[in-house]
Amino acid sequence: MTLNGWLQILVFCGILIALVKPLGGYMTRVFSGERTFLSPVLVPIERGLYALAGTNEREEQHWTAYAFALLMFNLLGVFVLYALMRLQAGLPYNPAGMAAVPPELSFNTAVSFVTNTNWQNYGGESTMSYLTQMAGLSVQNFVSAATGIAIAVAFIRAFSRASGKAIGNFWVDMTRATLYLLLPLCIVLTLVYVWLGVPQTLGPYVEATTLEGAKQTIALGPVASQLAIKMLGTNGGGFFNANSAHPFENPDAISNLIQMVSIFSIGAALTNVFGRMVGNQRQGWAILATMGVLFIAGVIVTYWAETAGNPLMHAFGLEGGNMEGKEVRFGITLSSLFAVITTAASCGAVNAMHGSFTALGGLIPLINMQLGEVIVGGVGAGFYGILLFIIVAVFVAGLMVGRTPEYLGKKIEAKEMKMAVLAILCLPLAMLVFVAIASVLSSAVASVGTAGPHGFSEILYAYTSAAANNGSAFGGLTGNTPWYNVTLGIGMLIGRFLVIVPALAIAGSLAAKKTVPASAGTFPTDGPLFVGLLAGTILIVGGLTFMPALALGPVVEHLVMIAGQTF
Amino acid sequence: MSQSKSASIMDSRILVPAVGAAFTKLNPRTLARNPVMFVVATVSVLTTILFVRDLVTGGDDLAFSFQINLWLWFTVLFANFAEAVAEGRGKAQADSLRKTRTEAQAKLLTGNDRTVYKMVPGTSLKVNDIVIVEAGDIIPSDGEVIEGVASVNEAAITGESAPVIRESGGDRSAVTGGTQVLSDWIRVRITAAAGSTFLDRMISLVEGAERQKTPNEIALNILLAGMTLIFVLATATIPSFAAYAGGSIPIIVLVALFVTLIPTTIGALLSAIGIAGMDRLVRFNVLAMSGRAVEAAGDVDTLLLDKTGTITLGNRQATEFRPVRGVTAEQLADAAQLASLADETPEGRSIVVLAKEKYAIRARDMQSLQASFIPFTAQTRMSGVDFDGSQIRKGAVDAVLSYVGSGALPVAGTTAAVSFNQSEAVRELQAITEEIAKAGGTPLAVARDGRLLGVIQLKDIVKGGIRERFAELRRMGIRTVMITGDNPMTAAAIAAEAGVDDFLAQATPENKLSLIREEQAKGKLVAMCGDGTNDAPALAQADVGVAMNTGTVAAREAGNMVDLDSDPTKLIEIVEIGKQLLMTRGALTTFSIANDIAKYFAIIPAMFLAFYPQLGVLNVMGLATPQSAILSAIIFNALIIIALIPLSLKGVKYRAIGAGALLSRNLLIYGLGGIIVPFIGIKAIDMAITAIGLA
Repeated sequence: MTLNGWLQILVFCGILIALVKPLGGYMTRVFSGERTFLSPVLVPIERGLYALAGTNEREEQHWTAYAFALLMFNLLGVFVLYALMRLQAGLPYNPAGMAAVPPELSFNTAVSFVTNTNWQNYGGESTMSYLTQMAGLSVQNFVSAATGIAIAVAFIRAFSRASGKAIGNFWVDMTRATLYLLLPLCIVLTLVYVWLGVPQTLGPYVEATTLEGAKQTIALGPVASQLAIKMLGTNGGGFFNANSAHPFENPDAISNLIQMVSIFSIGAALTNVFGRMVGNQRQGWAILATMGVLFIAGVIVTYWAETAGNPLMHAFGLEGGNMEGKEVRFGITLSSLFAVITTAASCGAVNAMHGSFTALGGLIPLINMQLGEVIVGGVGAGFYGILLFIIVAVFVAGLMVGRTPEYLGKKIEAKEMKMAVLAILCLPLAMLVFVAIASVLSSAVASVGTAGPHGFSEILYAYTSAAANNGSAFGGLTGNTPWYNVTLGIGMLIGRFLVIVPALAIAGSLAAKKTVPASAGTFPTDGPLFVGLLAGTILIVGGLTFMPALALGPVVEHLVMIAGQTF
Repeated sequence: MSQSKSASIMDSRILVPAVGAAFTKLNPRTLARNPVMFVVATVSVLTTILFVRDLVTGGDDLAFSFQINLWLWFTVLFANFAEAVAEGRGKAQADSLRKTRTEAQAKLLTGNDRTVYKMVPGTSLKVNDIVIVEAGDIIPSDGEVIEGVASVNEAAITGESAPVIRESGGDRSAVTGGTQVLSDWIRVRITAAAGSTFLDRMISLVEGAERQKTPNEIALNILLAGMTLIFVLATATIPSFAAYAGGSIPIIVLVALFVTLIPTTIGALLSAIGIAGMDRLVRFNVLAMSGRAVEAAGDVDTLLLDKTGTITLGNRQATEFRPVRGVTAEQLADAAQLASLADETPEGRSIVVLAKEKYAIRARDMQSLQASFIPFTAQTRMSGVDFDGSQIRKGAVDAVLSYVGSGALPVAGTTAAVSFNQSEAVRELQAITEEIAKAGGTPLAVARDGRLLGVIQLKDIVKGGIRERFAELRRMGIRTVMITGDNPMTAAAIAAEAGVDDFLAQATPENKLSLIREEQAKGKLVAMCGDGTNDAPALAQADVGVAMNTGTVAAREAGNMVDLDSDPTKLIEIVEIGKQLLMTRGALTTFSIANDIAKYFAIIPAMFLAFYPQLGVLNVMGLATPQSAILSAIIFNALIIIALIPLSLKGVKYRAIGAGALLSRNLLIYGLGGIIVPFIGIKAIDMAITAIGLA
């Protein structure tokens, strides 16, 4: 660990924190339907879209209607995406002449992009046509992100209104998230990436002759535009197979920094939107602080573990940290930081191979995902995820101060608890049960690339990443088999929609409640005590479940490595 | 049933039957009420079957799995025992109540004459039957006095042996079945059928027979069931993880891990906590009609308190005579004393006392003066005395003024000068009146033969220490509102003196009700107490309505709690008990969940040691062998239930130190303590069982 390394981490945090307030303010205005500086241009477009779709902008929906609209929209997304992949051979914008994608892989990929997971059991440059990338994957990158934001905003509304029947209009929230937030930011970011050297072309792949005279095909494509939304929408699906480790997808330190900041920006700003909408920005800061504490702890462990490297290598006189699987352009610091960010935020883009991290360095990305992607988390998803933990934390703590638990004046009762528990239960269900089956199923075990506990980690990581809707891969595991394509797809669906529906149910129930004014008997939820309480709850309730699995994976791998055995 | 009679936790009369009850509660239908313990019992049955199979077929480690089985069953039994102990305390009280419920014979009236009745068993009475109860009779059922007045011994209900007066009309008309008339007779209209009387309800309440889960308890149960499910997933998936690593885990070890991880501690004690909460109220002589009401008490944001009797001593007292010019204080005192001699109200008596203390004016015999007393009526709002052709009146200032102004008695020889003086006197009187009202007193004007003499200053005496209690309530986050019939000026002065947050002056049943509705519309929970029939709507509207036992039937029906001591200040204790109930649940839940960390550290290295010996590093407690580690964890898990029974019955103490401070304190004790204690406990048990060679 070097001073320079810490400074880079500090610069990242500084930029992010500086962004929270302005972006949060802008988003608050957008989702409250107030005027913004983009309104003159965008309002006519927005109106036109509503007119076209027959949506009444002012008509709000009950949570069931909201959830129904959302589910139907996403289901349609899966079908369209599946069809595009199956039919891409006969569709335009296919200069490389890609064949139809096989059924299981198409299912897996369609689900993966609709659920904002972007788990990729394929290499983009060798599987997908430009049309599939742009009209299918990129579109889902936008709308899956917008879906997450819409739910978060609906949830926030539930806290900010009293005795309301509705939680907003899904179509309006979706449209605004895309039109006012994602699109403008992506246009700017795309231009910046192009300026930094990221390709943006519809032309065919380039043939080059190398120095030794060999022919090399250099894959190109509309990379910059997809890169922008891949980061901003915490999608993570790379244009290229190597994702953000590829020089065309992440040319230098500046592009790396912009990518890291864009992963966290909307998720972090949502805490501020929350604070503003409930009328006390400190409430938002407290949530962000909790995320920050857990994030920094993760960065410290991974950065330390990667810098410490492998003692067995040191014994051979190979001093220094663990550079296996890392881009020299980014080094240990930026690879570690990127890995923690991308797994904390449900992004899944990578600039280094997580499977090559040391056991403890790779443990943190796993834990980040197993906690439910609540450390900033996926756009929107992280925020409603942490609200579920807040409900549990506040419930237990609320009892301890001798009152019916309440958060921001909303009483937390049996119905909220039922839904929160249901949502929290989904993750271990989708993660552990599939791992348990896969680790004794010979056809599934055959996909594992490494022996010993590291191989177990590969399976664990895959299902964890899928259910958490992260999408990053550990490497080593051959995921493109019917078993993994189907089960990972199911894991992604459980991790996404079995959380969304209870979350919306809670939002509906909270919106209908009266707001109890705070008194000396209500414990403050905007101070360090709350931050500690929430962090503790996330670690204990979210983490304890995975102790046995982690012990048999990275923990034992580390201990075995110290004892001199590697895999 | 006074507070001192409450059974101690260590009372063998409770503990011995509780041991038996722990076994009878193994009935699956009883266990099913508690999801966590039901799951433990289910897995215990399975492991016992497996143990018996191994015993027959000859398995390995029989001694070890026998011990685990034993402690699994102990876990269930300890939970049952905790519930039985809590119930036992109520049962002891119920038994003493039952003894007082003798089979009373009732004198059912068959005609209008109170001597014409037939004897019927008390249990055959129907609602609206009219009975006569005479001296020495037991009142057969709950009812309302419709005629007569009698002194009644209510010791059976309240534990208070001093007799109370019950009379028709007014706010003291309710009588309770099982109490005894000591003198006179009363005609009673029965208001409760056999089996649903106050005493019956009381018995079933303290026994816990009618106990229903409260809203927070339901929510907590959902959380606990959810955690249990999560740990089902966490443990059920271990065998295949182990199989991947090339090892296998005995089922008994998995079960041990599972049972130690699920929140058994709070699961076992949850119903004991609930029963103990109700029991604590009963020991305060308060009967809650539902657990919901007790919980709501902890949530109260606004407390409506009647001024009289709660904030101030029951009655106003005369503190000063303030004559107008031209009248001496003695003259005023003399007239006031004469007017009050026959006035039996506490105010009237305090005037006589003050006149005697200050001006040595002795009591006079009304009869020898041939005086006739003019009683107070709501119309005249004055009382007084006529004697010797002279009239003295005292009463509300405006009433006396209009009496004087109307020239009720034209006195011969009144001159213009006098009437000039009179209007001068009126102005002076009004000035004094205002001064008194501003200071929180109540002025009573006195006039003699149409001439204003002056004002008696009556003052409310604020109870000692009440100010501190309100300050404490404020720290608890509860706003107090004083309800009074006084005018706003007087009310404001007393409110300031007592330190309440707000007041409702010139209160009527209607504006009381609308005040409650207003507060509730703001999302607040309101508590109030009352006794009169006109309080009934407000009592019913309030979230916590405490009816006084001395009150009317209507009030008792409307409230969701009854205070047997009829002490309105008890609302404060009720709120504390409600908070204590919730806090105990929260604290033990936190403790229970925090315990899991240590249990993982005990069991995980032990479980995987066979195929990953490196995981021995995680054995931070240095437990002797894998078997002793697992056994220690499960023993700790069972014993902690027993260890926490006293806390769950006594409750976590509530302190009015602000919610933030309270939370950090409890998080420190039960959260951090919950992480540390099991490390120490498991290590100690491990050392003990290794020493005696159990594992």
